[in-house]
Amino acid sequence: MQIKVNNETLEVDVEPEMPLLWVLRDELGITGPKYGCGIAQCGACTVHINGLATRSCQLAIGDLGDREVTTIEGLGNPDSLHAVQQAWIEHQVAQCGYCQSGQIMQAASLLSSNPQPSDDVIDAAMSGNLCRCGTYPRIRTAVKTAAKKLAES
Amino acid sequence: MGKLATITRRTFLIGSAAIAGGVAFGTYLYKRPVDNPLQKDLTDGEAAITPYVKISPDGITLITPRADKGQGAYSIQAHLLAEELDIDPNTATISPGLPGPAYYNSAILTEGLSFPAYDNSTLAENMRSFMAVPARLFAMQLTGGSSTVPDGFIRMRMAGAVARETLKAAAALRTGISRAQLQTENGRVILPDGTSLPYTELAADAATLEPVTEVALRPASEWTRLGKPMPRIDMPAKCTGTEKYGIDLEVEGMVYAAVRANPGIGGTMESFDATAATTMRGVHKVIPIKHGVAVIADNTWRAWRAANKIDITWGAAPYPANTDEIFARIESVIDQEEHRDHRNRDDGEVQSSLDSGDILEATYKVPYLAHAPMEPMNAIVLVKDDSCVIWTGTQIPLFVRDHAAKITGLDAEQVLVHVQPMGGSFGHKLEDTHVLQAVEIAVAMRDTPVKLVWSREEDMTHDYPRPGAIAKGRGKVVNGQVDTFDLSVGQSAMAPNWFGRLMGMSLPGPDQTITTGSWDQPFAIPNYRVTGYRAPEMVPVSSWRSVGASGNGFMHDTLLDELIHSAGADPLAERIRLCNDDTSLKVLEKVGEISAWDGPSIEANRGRGVAFCLSFGVPVAIVTEVTHTDHGIRIDSVFAVVDVGEVLDPVNLEAQVSGGLLFGMAHAMNCETTYENHAAQQNNFHAFEGMRLYQTPKIEVVALTNASKIRGIGEPGLPPAAPSLGNAIFAATGQRLREMPFNKHIDFI
Ligand code: FES
Ligand code: FES
Repeated sequence: MQIKVNNETLEVDVEPEMPLLWVLRDELGITGPKYGCGIAQCGACTVHINGLATRSCQLAIGDLGDREVTTIEGLGNPDSLHAVQQAWIEHQVAQCGYCQSGQIMQAASLLSSNPQPSDDVIDAAMSGNLCRCGTYPRIRTAVKTAAKKLAES
Repeated sequence: MGKLATITRRTFLIGSAAIAGGVAFGTYLYKRPVDNPLQKDLTDGEAAITPYVKISPDGITLITPRADKGQGAYSIQAHLLAEELDIDPNTATISPGLPGPAYYNSAILTEGLSFPAYDNSTLAENMRSFMAVPARLFAMQLTGGSSTVPDGFIRMRMAGAVARETLKAAAALRTGISRAQLQTENGRVILPDGTSLPYTELAADAATLEPVTEVALRPASEWTRLGKPMPRIDMPAKCTGTEKYGIDLEVEGMVYAAVRANPGIGGTMESFDATAATTMRGVHKVIPIKHGVAVIADNTWRAWRAANKIDITWGAAPYPANTDEIFARIESVIDQEEHRDHRNRDDGEVQSSLDSGDILEATYKVPYLAHAPMEPMNAIVLVKDDSCVIWTGTQIPLFVRDHAAKITGLDAEQVLVHVQPMGGSFGHKLEDTHVLQAVEIAVAMRDTPVKLVWSREEDMTHDYPRPGAIAKGRGKVVNGQVDTFDLSVGQSAMAPNWFGRLMGMSLPGPDQTITTGSWDQPFAIPNYRVTGYRAPEMVPVSSWRSVGASGNGFMHDTLLDELIHSAGADPLAERIRLCNDDTSLKVLEKVGEISAWDGPSIEANRGRGVAFCLSFGVPVAIVTEVTHTDHGIRIDSVFAVVDVGEVLDPVNLEAQVSGGLLFGMAHAMNCETTYENHAAQQNNFHAFEGMRLYQTPKIEVVALTNASKIRGIGEPGLPPAAPSLGNAIFAATGQRLREMPFNKHIDFI
């Protein structure tokens, strides 16, 4: 079957019930999305489906259809960073960093639907993403900085 | 710092060695040059050095042997080298190197001694430097105990300085200009006329020179990187999904493995039926391994799916079947002389004081706790007839190497361990059960690389947890002051249990971790006693962020808070009055200042609590403010003050302290690992949630630098977090919490 990932159309031969996360990681070698729990509890696997933050461990590849997948690799890269990534680096958010692909994808999706989120909205939108290292205070600040950057650009 | 310098200099010398096209700088151990980890790169006769810096025409490599599990270890080690070497660490290759005993960790064992960390007497100092010897014996290139900074602070800067001066000597020889007239900057030697020679061009010359070892380290006032915010070198990769953790690696031709081991840790597998699994798509093989069964397939998900289709009959595990029985055994040893492990604190006349007057008595309990870092355990292993190559995130690469040698029947020199960045650890990656399973499978799959990834469920049910503990507290107040404090802690011994797994032999003597964080606190209570009682070995246990202090910090400080309350004294003022260590005292005073402390009550339904714990040599005081809302407790603000002697990176320090205290509070709120039928009941984050962003308080961190020694900060922020929260809840609600997790007794928003 064909799937669209980061503006490319790719061919995969897998059973329809395989979660998108494992198609990305093991079949396509796209390892930015991380495995943390497999049961929608941690958000480490978050990608965008048609721009919307989605837990890729929960989406069977057979249900994807022709919707577009964007992973953190497609959001920006070290040479051309997305505003959220810039803000994350500016505030030195990551510790182990393992949850941060998911955090960043969640934040980018939030800001594209709500460019000026209130503190409560940020708290609600980001609370499905676990961080065991405890980077939450910096995530809060970085989301606000990213909102400013996006508004200015 | 003078004292630290003499101790460290006695145990190492900095030197250089030629390498292909260039030069390496590093330490010679002066007693016996232990095996060289870079022997694969170096030719004979050059093998006595343990390099930290390698310079060749192609570039500069900084070797940072302490593993990075999220605490910024690679970055700080690179900056320690770069500060004296005068290079931008972002332009160098950063490599953990290949593990070798010469990178031994001299700092880590010193915390196991029975001198409180604030005791700088000569005896204590001599014992601490003596401990560098067993560390070398055990060849511990291990990362933990907040030891990376204390261990590398002198050694790595020295290596950078020797490299710099030797490169200058090479430039002097080439140009005829004296070394004293040369400067260095940004990877170059600068000549008086402003022209420059890059280090990379001088490397081959430098290799032929005697290294310049008479160098003085720059004073802190001249630092250009250290002491200032240093953007972490790994930050861009971690914010773009390009950091490669062990779980992200692919080795050509590899297959994917899943395991299911007995959820009763150490129990046998009686039988299994894999009929359904073997015919599933992508499955190559199903093989029995120690304590369980492994599936080898062509991707992770297929391997897991097949593993779940295997019918298995498990044997019993060698410990009591459920949590109640386990805690009953712990409770039964407390105050029983024959189970006494140690009594490091016994001031005044506790026994006779407790014979009269009003005695406050309370029992405290802390649960077993899994580590559950975000990245589950994983390893890639390739076994051939004459070699074994391992890629994994680990804090104990040398133990991994030796254990793999044993399983494969190879020599240790034939085993190579490539240490990967870790998606968290909190002590989990001080264990290597998963690697050894991968080695076992790779032996069966000879010549094919095998990648094993534990599912979250496999990970959390095969975690060697933080040991649960019970403490009985007794005490007395006299004239509005704390007069008698007596804490009896019962727990299974952690250190011997963990050492047993790593070394194949137990550690003799008492296990300080039973009371670390209780017995070693800097308070002058007239009658003051702390005793550790050793419960039998039950569930296998290990180090969890801040180790013994993670539970003791809570039990000790909560009893103290109860006594202060019953004395009618102010919680902060009484702790300050009792404190007998100047550095700790200033930490307590400062936390009062930044939190504008004016007593435990704020207004109706709001309260604040203070707690203090000295661990890993770092005194930490925390004030927490909470509100009792209709939906439960909300943690509003946290103020933390620490003293680490020297702040190398204020931004990372703040991250580590915040992260540590949030980790402490998260587990205090709602996490425990319980056992039923020998198996851990919490197998994923739905049952082990921790803290989420909406529950996160505002945090303010202040670091003081009055202490005489530099210390690491990955762990000490944790121990006072839970008691400060519990004490704040008491102030807001009148409800005293003596058992973690607190949500057994009170709701959180
Ligand atoms: S791995 Fe998908 S939510 Fe945790
Ligand atoms: S940075 Fe480690 S889990 Fe979030």
